[in-house]
Amino acid sequence: MAQIKFNIERCKSCELCVAACPRKLITMSDDYNPKGVRYACIHDTAKCSACGMCYRTCPDLVIEIEK
Amino acid sequence: MKLARPQTLYDVPTHYCGGCGHGIIHRLVAQAIDDLGIREKTIATAPVGCAVLFYDYFNVDMIECPHGRSPAAATAIKRVRPDNIVFTYQGDGDLASIGMTETIHTANRSENITVIFVNNAIYGMTGGQMAPTSLIGQKTTTSPYGRGAHGEGKPIRVCELLSTLDGPAYIERVSVASPADIIKAQKAITKAFTCQVEGKGFSLVEVLSMCPTDWKLSPAQAVDFVNNDMKAVFPLGVFKDITSVSGENT
Repeated sequence: MAQIKFNIERCKSCELCVAACPRKLITMSDDYNPKGVRYACIHDTAKCSACGMCYRTCPDLVIEIEK
Repeated sequence: MKLARPQTLYDVPTHYCGGCGHGIIHRLVAQAIDDLGIREKTIATAPVGCAVLFYDYFNVDMIECPHGRSPAAATAIKRVRPDNIVFTYQGDGDLASIGMTETIHTANRSENITVIFVNNAIYGMTGGQMAPTSLIGQKTTTSPYGRGAHGEGKPIRVCELLSTLDGPAYIERVSVASPADIIKAQKAITKAFTCQVEGKGFSLVEVLSMCPTDWKLSPAQAVDFVNNDMKAVFPLGVFKDITSVSGENT
């Protein structure tokens, strides 16, 4: 199964990964990171196919994927 | 398979705004350097503009150049140290405005360097002034009623301009406004560096990029602006490629 990790402290809340995910698995958090913005997160990792679209789209290298 | 930070990039947060394309382009350049195994012999030039702190993010040797002078400095570096890989990273204000002379003559001389040209159609760092690449009708702080074709002139298409010269070996325009475009941009940037490694001559990759802050759009709207408005004026594609012809242009 794919391992997907979000380094939430680096997230700037641009939401490009939310638009990039073909399965619409990425959502924005309800709380805030130390930058004071809502951060990207994924709840249903079992559905993630590790296609890497979010990794490629993120300008801040928040996301790491291993499969 | 692991998708993670390229080793050429330091593990530090960048100063760029949320949704800015610079972060993506940094990763693509760093990945190309990793893939070709040239990090230890790469020398880059940092621009003036939003990417002025470029040297804080890349684990390669770096020289900070005055506004627009990167190609001239890169020419000197490459001629003194021909075994090193030399690339410049420049924005549209840097490359297409104050540095237009350096850009054209460096391309015309076919200096064996690589230029990464980030086109976001605006001056970012200085606060959203009109750039040579701003679109007709685009509102900026120095064109508050929109850029006019007669007063300010039409946007300069750098790839088309340089491809009329005999000097350049490889010129392509790509974008980072969608995952598919980003994959193509990765291939183009890697090819530009390969071109230099093989001694084929001047290579330039223009990357259409987002500036949500100075465009006064959300990151999602900025992506749409690139896809709908910028691509209509700056079509993607390969404008020159002599890399398959061995020996020519060197």
